[in-house]
Amino acid sequence: MNGIDTLTPVLTANWGEDHAWKLENYERRGGYQALRKAVGMAPDDIVAEVKASNLRGRGGAGFPTGMKWSFLPKDNPNPTYLVVNADESEPGTCKDMPLMMASPHTLVEGVIISAMATRAVYAFIYVRGEVLHVIRRLQQAVREAYAAGYIGKDILGSGRDLEVVVHPGAGAYICGEETALLDSLEGRRGQPRLRPPFPAVAGLYASPTVINNVESIASVPGIIGNGQAWFNAMGTEKSKGHGIFSLSGHVKTPGQFEAPLGITLRQLIDLGGGMREGHELKFFTPGGSSTPILTAEHLDLPLDFEGMAGVGSMLGTRALQVFDDTTSVVRTTLRWVEFYKHESCGKCTPCREGSWWLVQLLRKFEAGTASEGDVDKMLDLCDNIGGKSFCALADGAVACVTSAVKHFREEFEAGYKTPAWELFPYEKSALFSTESQASAAQKEGAHA
Amino acid sequence: MSVDTSKDAQVAEREDLITVTIDGIEVSVPKGTLAIRAAETVGIDIPRFCDHPLLDPVGACRQCMVEIPDAGNGRGMPKPQASCTIECAPGMVIQTHHTSEKAKKAQEGMLEMLLINHPLDCPICDKGGECPLQNQAMTHGPGESRFGGVKRTYPKPINISAVVLLDRERCVLCARCTRFSEQISGDPFIALVERGALQQVGTYEQDPYDSYFSGNVIQICPVGALTSVAYRFQARPFDLVSVTTTCEHCASGCELRSDQRHFQVKRRLAGNKPEVNEEWNCDKGRFAFVSARGEDRLTRPLVRRNGVLEPASWPEAIDVAVEGLRRAGDRVGVLPGGRLTLEAAYAYSRFTRQVLGTNNIDFRSRPLSAEEGEFLATRVAGRSLEDSVQYADLENAKRVVLVDFEPEDESPIVFLRLRKAHRKRKLEVITLAPYLSRGSLKVNARLVPTVPGTSAQVLGSLHHEGLLDSETVILVGERAGLSAGTLTTAASLADQTGAKLAWIPRRAGDMGAVEAGCLPTVLPGGRPVQDASARVDVQSVWNAGSLPAAVGLDAEAMVEAAGHGELQALVLGGLEAKDFRDPQAVRRAMDKVGFLVVLETRLSESAQHADVVFPVGLIEEHAGTFVNWEHRRGRVNTVVRHAVPPMTDIRVLAALADAMESALGFRGSAAALAEIDELGRWEGNPGPLLGAREQQPGVGEGDLVLSTWRGLLDSSAGMDNEFALQATAPRPVARVSPATAQQLGLQAGAEVSVVGPRGQLVLPLETVEGMCDAVVWVPQNSGASVGGALGAVGGDRVRLVGGAA
Repeated sequence: MNGIDTLTPVLTANWGEDHAWKLENYERRGGYQALRKAVGMAPDDIVAEVKASNLRGRGGAGFPTGMKWSFLPKDNPNPTYLVVNADESEPGTCKDMPLMMASPHTLVEGVIISAMATRAVYAFIYVRGEVLHVIRRLQQAVREAYAAGYIGKDILGSGRDLEVVVHPGAGAYICGEETALLDSLEGRRGQPRLRPPFPAVAGLYASPTVINNVESIASVPGIIGNGQAWFNAMGTEKSKGHGIFSLSGHVKTPGQFEAPLGITLRQLIDLGGGMREGHELKFFTPGGSSTPILTAEHLDLPLDFEGMAGVGSMLGTRALQVFDDTTSVVRTTLRWVEFYKHESCGKCTPCREGSWWLVQLLRKFEAGTASEGDVDKMLDLCDNIGGKSFCALADGAVACVTSAVKHFREEFEAGYKTPAWELFPYEKSALFSTESQASAAQKEGAHA
Repeated sequence: MSVDTSKDAQVAEREDLITVTIDGIEVSVPKGTLAIRAAETVGIDIPRFCDHPLLDPVGACRQCMVEIPDAGNGRGMPKPQASCTIECAPGMVIQTHHTSEKAKKAQEGMLEMLLINHPLDCPICDKGGECPLQNQAMTHGPGESRFGGVKRTYPKPINISAVVLLDRERCVLCARCTRFSEQISGDPFIALVERGALQQVGTYEQDPYDSYFSGNVIQICPVGALTSVAYRFQARPFDLVSVTTTCEHCASGCELRSDQRHFQVKRRLAGNKPEVNEEWNCDKGRFAFVSARGEDRLTRPLVRRNGVLEPASWPEAIDVAVEGLRRAGDRVGVLPGGRLTLEAAYAYSRFTRQVLGTNNIDFRSRPLSAEEGEFLATRVAGRSLEDSVQYADLENAKRVVLVDFEPEDESPIVFLRLRKAHRKRKLEVITLAPYLSRGSLKVNARLVPTVPGTSAQVLGSLHHEGLLDSETVILVGERAGLSAGTLTTAASLADQTGAKLAWIPRRAGDMGAVEAGCLPTVLPGGRPVQDASARVDVQSVWNAGSLPAAVGLDAEAMVEAAGHGELQALVLGGLEAKDFRDPQAVRRAMDKVGFLVVLETRLSESAQHADVVFPVGLIEEHAGTFVNWEHRRGRVNTVVRHAVPPMTDIRVLAALADAMESALGFRGSAAALAEIDELGRWEGNPGPLLGAREQQPGVGEGDLVLSTWRGLLDSSAGMDNEFALQATAPRPVARVSPATAQQLGLQAGAEVSVVGPRGQLVLPLETVEGMCDAVVWVPQNSGASVGGALGAVGGDRVRLVGGAA
């Protein structure tokens, strides 16, 4: 166990309570106490506290949050904007939506404190457009916070002002890329921007902008309320604090488990009641579909930034999609790449054209009609895409392919002759579905 | 390519040079240079599609990948980089496809991917043969494609405007066209829509891509996605013969590339002249070159026999013309028009003085004023490029003041340069106009509301505000001549404040005509007619006896005199009656004058009135020089070479001179140009600009003051037969302020009549916020000309009534 407590509910602590999303219930549990504390602190002291907590970005990249804030120029005449990236939409990733659904005030309080730290007087929460319920909860929470004087003019008599806007996107994965998000927020089509200039210097409306993930911002009240030492006591050497681990797939009871960084998948699967009866783990994503897949041999690795990087993957968003031995890795990879093809913004050649090509190749593997040598061709294509595109979307698209081939090359080679559905009858890997293969095949065309 | 236009650029650059190593070659470049540009300087050509030196970098196509083993800080960049977005850093090491396998593989991979969705219709594609995708696929591609799947297809082509077609399946989505429309011309009516491989160039449903500059996107498209309606399927690039020449449409002076096949110009492209048009031109210059391809092209001389114009031999036509001109003696007037080359204008100037013995010559086939004549004689004629305002000065100025001048309509490349300076350097543009035109909005101009005719007073108040100084450039358009005192005030304020002043005429031949002395008061080189020593200068070069010393009649006076029989003959170059202040007076003059000689390319209205018509060659059929508003010479080259070259204005005048037992001294443009240079500029004092002789205030009756200018795309004869281009011309409207509309009880969108002394123009009404009250604007030549329909010019008074009056 390495001294790690199995579960550390902080963000998730109130999720099970009745009407946890209401201000009165949030306050009853000590909500907005951290804000009251922050009101008495100088902005630089808040930044210093977050810096000292070693909080690293929870959106996947793991960049130290406090350091990001300290990059904001102090002498820029334009206003500073705080933007919360709530465009969670990667396959497997499902931590921010339940957080905002169950306890939106945790995020709102984080936004207010973070805005004070960064001297932002406008904050935007950019939420994925499809999640209407979440948007409503957030809007209601923001309204309640305005009414309570937590947002608006002269917050709690501090002399500080803040306006918070909940902005629904229009449903594009690319808008989770921070500069595409800014374009979308400005009313343009979401496509990533050329950097430099970086958002910290010229972001939203060409003004200094800090963009953080929902969970990063939501972690701030805890850090301010309990102190950086409390946060530092959790986690591993370089990956401190708590994080939400979203366990999905072939486990008995999938769900959200908030634990210190560094917990292992084996522990999480135990918490989830173990694998499906009679089946074994085949492969998993540590942090969403853009993180290279791992296998059973990685069950005991610490799920922290270093642990995952050490085996060529990434911690990502801690979205652990767990697949058992009934699953076709070819089919799984195809579904992921279909997603990336559908979500490619089209700006740059390798992502736009490469994902178009990859899907066609993978369909051949799935149908058992691939040709001898197609595996190497696909790997070469991945090499021509990865690291050459404008933003990281395409890197994610090829990561699942290359890692799948790395671990299960023979399954792809089988696609020279045998359809994936013969090797791995699809109904066997389905948890709930009773649909026939024929209708599954029909569905395949849905995103063509 | 762009050039650094600041005059001290070279000195400044020296100080911030940084050194990088590209494929083992050390090169020093100015700070901020992109890696792809630095590579060009040492002859390393990195393949690219989205990159364009005049557009902001976008990094979209990813074709120009290079490896950077040392970013200048001792550390390498882990991934290959797009060299079009990487700024050189001191000590940076760059490896292109020549020295890096990684870069080579990245480039080949990119080309393979670009081609998977690209149709293989090169054999029927206009771009095939000059296509960057085709060429770079051959030079930098993998040779063979491994793609065996299904390509994306679309219906093709679709119109994005009347002149531009889009084949979406050929598009590589480099965003050059959309960036051009947004960044350069400021007409963002095309944009990328949809996403992924289905991303495509689109227009707004209600708004086609109507831009004066839309043809440029066809030229910069690196594939055959954007093609020209007019040129589509007309030729293959390898069958074309290309000639560099200069545009004949306006005084901007664009260099063009003119492509001909089978003795016919098939298309024209913007040339590459960084000092002038950079790599752009306007749609008129690009597409309007077929005006003489109608039924009315003149190919043989015509002589009037028994009241009917009939074909005649050259000797007969010359004899008839000479007889008529002899009869008239010096009671003759010459109106060469503003579309001639410098050399042809000079031929008219010399012919008029030496052969006809008069100073009755004026190129201004448009409303004019005595004040303007004086301004041209003292402030414009005899100047050179070196002592004039240039494009670079516009780009580097702190402030540009536009006086009776709408650059986008009247000199579009001036507009592009102002917009560039506004975008890059926050140039402040102030416009003295009745309202903010679309062009003014695109340079974020500050409107100083100016009722036509009052620019002199408004300029004075700008001076009082301290807005005229040595970093200011004042640009006066040719309409300023109609606004009493404006040219004189502009000149004297420029003298007082050190502001630079330039006069920008509309037509390509106007400045050359001023230089050549096609004015009643000025001999070639800016020499005053009344100055004896100036005349002696000219006499000695011309081997002439004495030249006429009396100031001649200006164009309007000639029209008047011919109408009353005081002039017995007129010699006309290419001009149209409807362009004059009073077209009816011109028609009367053509009817009443004893003898009319016309040199024309087409059987125009004036040719139909003539006693003798001499056909002359088209602009693409002979050589010469245009002098643009900067006094910069632009070479006009022969694009179409006939076995028997057509007659030109110069040859006709030389033949007439011969037949009159005089001598023009030259029969071709090269000899004419040599003589112009031998004569040189007048070194004496051009005399003061006394100016502001009281002009007639706006005439006519009515509550509103008329404002009018010519749109770039209108009913100009130069656009004849180019129907696609005509379809992109702005819809003619009458514009007033909302208050004026309300006062008159008129609704926007309703049909109204602008009523002048002679008649009316019926147009839909548009209201413009911020426009001067009691002013109505109409286009000068869209459909009917203002002079012809109303009998009024800008500054005159007119009425506005609802419906068709």
